[in-house]
Amino acid sequence: MRIGYYPGCSLQGSGKEYSDSLFAVAEKCGIVLEEINDWNCCGASAAHALNHDLSVALPARTLALAEKQGLEQILVPCAACFGRLANAQQELVSSEPMREKISDYLDMPIKGSARILTVFEFLQEHIFPVADQHIVNKLNHKTACYYGCLLSRPKELTRLEHPEDPMEMDKVMEMAGAIPIDWAFKTECCGAGLSVSRTDIVAKLSAKIVEDAVSRGAESIVVACPMCQMNLDLRRPEINRQMDKKSDIPVMFVTQALGLSMGISADKLGLNSHFVSTGKVVSCVGRKEL
Amino acid sequence: MAETFEPKIVAFVCNWCTYAGADLAGTSRTKYETNVRIIRFPCTGRIDFMLLIKAFQNGADGIIVSGCHPNDCHYTSGNFHARRRWMVFKSMLEFMGFPTERITFSWVSAAEGKKWADLVNETTDSVRALGSFTDYKNLDFSQFNQMDHEAIAR
Amino acid sequence: MARIGVFICHCGENISATVDVDKVARLAGKLSGVAYSVDYKYMCSDPGQTLIVDAIKEHKLTGIVVGACSPRMHEGTFRKAAEKAGINPYFCEMANIREHCSWVHPKSDETTRKALDIVRTMVEKVKNDTALYPIKVPITKTALVIGGGIAGIQAALDIANAGHQVIMVEKSPSIGGHMSQLSETFPTLDCSQCILTPRMVEVAQHPNITLHTFATVEDVSGFIGNFDVNIRLKAKSVDFEKCTGCGSCWQKCPSKKIPDEFNAGMSFRTAIYTPFPQAVPNKPVIDRANCTWFTKDGKCGVCAKICPTGAIDYTKEDEILNIKVGAIVTATGFDIKHSDFFPEYGYGKHPDIIDGLQFERLASASGPTGGEIRRPSDGKIPETVVFLACAGSRDKAKGIEYCSKICCMYTAKHAMLYKHKNHHGKAHVFYMDIRSAGKSYDEFVRRAIEEDDVNYIRGRVSKIYEKNGKLMVVGVDTLLGAKPVTIEADLVVLATAVVANEDAESVAQKLHISYDKHKFFAEAHPKLKPVETNTAGITLAGACQSAKDIPETVAQASAAAAKTIILFSGNELTREPVVAIVNRSAAPVFTTCTGCFLCQEVCPYQAIEREEIRDRAGNLLMNAAKVNAGLCQGCGTCVAMCRNKSIDLQGFSNQQMLSEVMGLLNVPFE
Repeated sequence: MRIGYYPGCSLQGSGKEYSDSLFAVAEKCGIVLEEINDWNCCGASAAHALNHDLSVALPARTLALAEKQGLEQILVPCAACFGRLANAQQELVSSEPMREKISDYLDMPIKGSARILTVFEFLQEHIFPVADQHIVNKLNHKTACYYGCLLSRPKELTRLEHPEDPMEMDKVMEMAGAIPIDWAFKTECCGAGLSVSRTDIVAKLSAKIVEDAVSRGAESIVVACPMCQMNLDLRRPEINRQMDKKSDIPVMFVTQALGLSMGISADKLGLNSHFVSTGKVVSCVGRKEL
Repeated sequence: MAETFEPKIVAFVCNWCTYAGADLAGTSRTKYETNVRIIRFPCTGRIDFMLLIKAFQNGADGIIVSGCHPNDCHYTSGNFHARRRWMVFKSMLEFMGFPTERITFSWVSAAEGKKWADLVNETTDSVRALGSFTDYKNLDFSQFNQMDHEAIAR
Repeated sequence: MARIGVFICHCGENISATVDVDKVARLAGKLSGVAYSVDYKYMCSDPGQTLIVDAIKEHKLTGIVVGACSPRMHEGTFRKAAEKAGINPYFCEMANIREHCSWVHPKSDETTRKALDIVRTMVEKVKNDTALYPIKVPITKTALVIGGGIAGIQAALDIANAGHQVIMVEKSPSIGGHMSQLSETFPTLDCSQCILTPRMVEVAQHPNITLHTFATVEDVSGFIGNFDVNIRLKAKSVDFEKCTGCGSCWQKCPSKKIPDEFNAGMSFRTAIYTPFPQAVPNKPVIDRANCTWFTKDGKCGVCAKICPTGAIDYTKEDEILNIKVGAIVTATGFDIKHSDFFPEYGYGKHPDIIDGLQFERLASASGPTGGEIRRPSDGKIPETVVFLACAGSRDKAKGIEYCSKICCMYTAKHAMLYKHKNHHGKAHVFYMDIRSAGKSYDEFVRRAIEEDDVNYIRGRVSKIYEKNGKLMVVGVDTLLGAKPVTIEADLVVLATAVVANEDAESVAQKLHISYDKHKFFAEAHPKLKPVETNTAGITLAGACQSAKDIPETVAQASAAAAKTIILFSGNELTREPVVAIVNRSAAPVFTTCTGCFLCQEVCPYQAIEREEIRDRAGNLLMNAAKVNAGLCQGCGTCVAMCRNKSIDLQGFSNQQMLSEVMGLLNVPFE
C-alpha cells in the first residue's frame, strides 16, 4: 500500500523535526512515505481569510496531483494542512458545481477520492501493528499529551473518538512506556497563528497550558502540531514571564517520543533542535521505572 | 373562427387538506381558471391510480392529484402511500410512453387557498400548451380480438 | 330504479350572481335518474329544508343532491333533513357549486357549465350510494392508568371520583414518581412530599382504584372501549397480605451497598427495601438482581429469619394478570440526562458536578445529607455553588434542540434553597435566557436575584475542570461584552435536559401510539388535541408527552381523565359508518380476499384483523382480512392497496368514485 506524504510548508521549515522524526520512525518500521510531486502550500489561515475559492483551490491542487500520482492514501501530519486539505475535499465531494469550478481553475481533473490520514490514523493503522517489535526503551515519565485546536475540531473532519477528551496520542505515549496524565488543557488553544502578530496573546494562552501540565506533575508535553510546538517551545521566554514560576518543561513531537522509545538517536530525531532543552526527557529513557 | 382549446382538468383531492384549501380559495373569492373539476376523496391514500387512466380515457386532458403535506396527513400516513404509489405509477407511465407532464402531483394544505388557485392556473396553462389528449383514442382495439388466445395460454 | 332529487341553492346571491341556477336546475332535471329538480334561494334555511323533506315524500325520492356550499359546511344539515324525510341520510350528497365554482369564477356560460358538471358528478355518486348505519361499539367502563407519578395520580383520582373503576400500574415499588424526589416546588416553595403524599394515600385507599406497584404493562391488544391488557406483576418476594411494614427486614439486610435510585445514586440502599419512608404501599420488595439469596444461590436469608409474620417468599414468581379496560391513560413520565453526558464537563468523573435531581436530594430533609447542601466528595459545605442552566437543552450539537421548560425555574429554586441554607455562600447561575412564563413564575426568579443575591451571568460554560480541589468553571459573560469568566466552585449543578424514559419507545410500541424522534409520545393535534393520541381510546398525561411542570401536568392529567369520562358517559360508542369493509359471501367463495394483509400493513389504526375462515367441520380454510369498524377511521388507504379489490370504503366505494369520474367526463354538454 503506497502512502502519500504531504509535508506542507511547516514540516520543511520550522517544524522540520516533526518530519525528520516521522521519517525515522517510518523507516524503522519499514514504511515508505511517498512525497507528492510539486505540492504547493495549503493556503493555511491566509487563504481562507481572503477568498473562499482560493482556499479550496490551493489544497485541491495538491489533491489533484496526488490523484495523478496514483496515491489512494495521503498522510498529512501538520494539523493545519490536514484541516485545509480535508475541508477542501469535503467541499469538492459535496458539491458537483464546486468540483467542476475548481477543476476548471486548476486545469486538472480532480475527484477528491484520496483518503486523507491524520497522523494519529497513520500511527494507529501503520505503526501500531508493527511497533511492539521495535520498542526497546520505556520513556518512564509523566507526559501531558497536548492536542490543541486543529487536531480536534471540527469533529466531523478530525474524527477523534472523544473530541473533548482525546486519547489517541495518549495511547501512543502509553505504548512508548510513558505515563500520559489526565489534565484540563488537552484541547485548549495555544494562540496559533498569532505567534508573530500578537505574541502577548500566545504567551497568555500557552502559559495556561504549560502551567496546568506542570502543576499536574508532567515532565514533558507531547504535541502533533508544528504550530503548537513552536508556541509552547520557541515562545517559552514570553510564557515564563506570564507564570509565577518559570518552567523548563520540554515540548516534543509525538513522533520524536515514539522514536526515542524505538531506540533512535536524539540527534536523528531532531531533539537537539528545540529551544527548550529536551535533555531531561531523553535521560528518562533507561532510568528506573516509575 | 377556430375555437381555442380549453383543457379539461380533473383534480383528485383529499377532503382534509386540499379540498379545504379549495374551499378557502372560495371563501377568499380568489379567482382562477374554470377548467378544473374536483373529485373528493377522504385521503389521497384512497386514490386508486387506475381512476387517473379512466379519466384520461374519457376525455380528461390533465390531472391534478393533491393532498396533505407529508407528516400532516389527517390519517397519519395515507399521503406517504399515495406518494410512493405515484413514484411507481409515474415510472410505469413513462415506460409506456405516456406524457406524465399531464399529471401534476402536489400538496396543498387547508390554509393554502392561494396555492390551490395558483396550482389550477399553472396546470391549466401547461396542459393548454400541451393540447388536447387524444393519444388514447388512437389505440386500435381490434387487434385484441385477433389475438391467438390459445397460443398465449400455452 | 333511482329517483334522485336535485336541489340547487341560490345562497342569496352568492351562487346566483355568477351561476345561472335556473338553467342548472332545469338541465339537471333532464339527467338520467333524476326525478325532480328545483332551485331555491336558501336551501339550508327552515323553509328550504322543508322544501326538501316535502319533495322527498311527494316524489318518492330515493336520494338527493344539494347543489350549494361545501359539504364541510352543511352535509350534516341536509343529511338530517333526508333522515327526517324517511330516507337513509347517506343517500344525500352535496355538490359544491359555491366555494368551488360561483365564488371563484366570473359570471359566464363556462361557470354555469361547471356547476352542472359538478351536480352531475354527484348525481352519479348518489345513484351508487348504499344505505349506511352508525356503528355501535360496546364500552368497558374501566380505565387503565400507566404510571403512578403526579400525572397518573391526578388522572386516576378524577376518573375514580367520576364513579368509574381505575387500575393503576406503576413499575417502581412505590407511586409518587419524580415529584416525590423533590424537596420544594416552585413558585411557592411548598414541600413537595407534603402536597403529594396525601394524594398518594388517597389513591391507595380509593375504593374505585386498584393499585399494582412493581408491575409493568406486558402487552396491549384490542381497541377503544375494549382493550385487553396483560400486566406483569413482578415478584416482590414479600407477601403484602402478611407484611405489616415494620421495617425489621431492611434494617438487618446485609447487602447495603446498592446505589439508591431514589437518592439519585448519592447514597446506598439495601436489597430488600422501600424506596422512601412515605412510600405507598409502604411495604418492601426485594431487588433480586442485588440480593445475596438470589445471586449467591441461597446464601443469606436474614430477612426471612427476622420477619415476624413470615412474609418473605423467595419462591414467588412473576405473575401475568389479564385485565379488560375501555380506555388507557399513559402517564409514564420522564428522565433527565446525567452528568456523564457532558465531555466538556468531565464525563461525570467528578462527584461534585451533579444534576438537578441530585441537588433535590441534597436539599431534601429526607435526603442523604438530611437537607444540608454538602459536597458529595468530602461532605463539606460548599462556599461557592455554580448552577448551569440549559445543560444540554436547546443545543443541536448535543442532539437535544428543544427547551426542557422546567430548568429555569428549578435552577432559580435551587439557588434560593442553597442561599436560604447558607446565607454566606455565593451562588452563580450561567443562563442563556430565563423562561419563567407561568403564574408567579417571573416574580419567583426576581426574588432569587433581588432578595437572595443569586448572581445571574448570561453566557454558557465551555469547560469545567478540577484544579487544586476547586472546580474551575470557565464561561463567558455576554452582557459584559463576551468577557470570559472563570469561577472557582465547590459544587456545580447542571440543569440537564429532560428526556424520555429509556423504555418509552417500547411502551409506545406496546400501546401502538406514535412518538417523535426524541421518544416523547405524540399528541393527535399539537394545538387542538393535546391529550389524545392517534390511537382511539388512549390519552396522554404529563411529561411523557413533552417536558412540563407540575401545574401543567395536573391540568393535562385532568384533561385526559375528562376525555376518558366522556368516553364512559354512554353505554355505547357511536361512530360514523364511513369505514372499510372486506367482502364476504357464502361458501364456497367466502371472500375474494387472498389473505395477503397488505391492508393491515398500511392501516395507521391497526383496524385490520385476521379472521379465520373455517368450513362447517371446523377446518381452517384461510385467513382473511376483516375490518374492525370500531377502529377504522375511513381513510381508504387499504382500498387502494388491495390488489384484487376485496376491500372497499363505504361512502367512497370503488363504484362510487368510478361513477363520479365517468359522470363528470362522459356526458356531452347540451
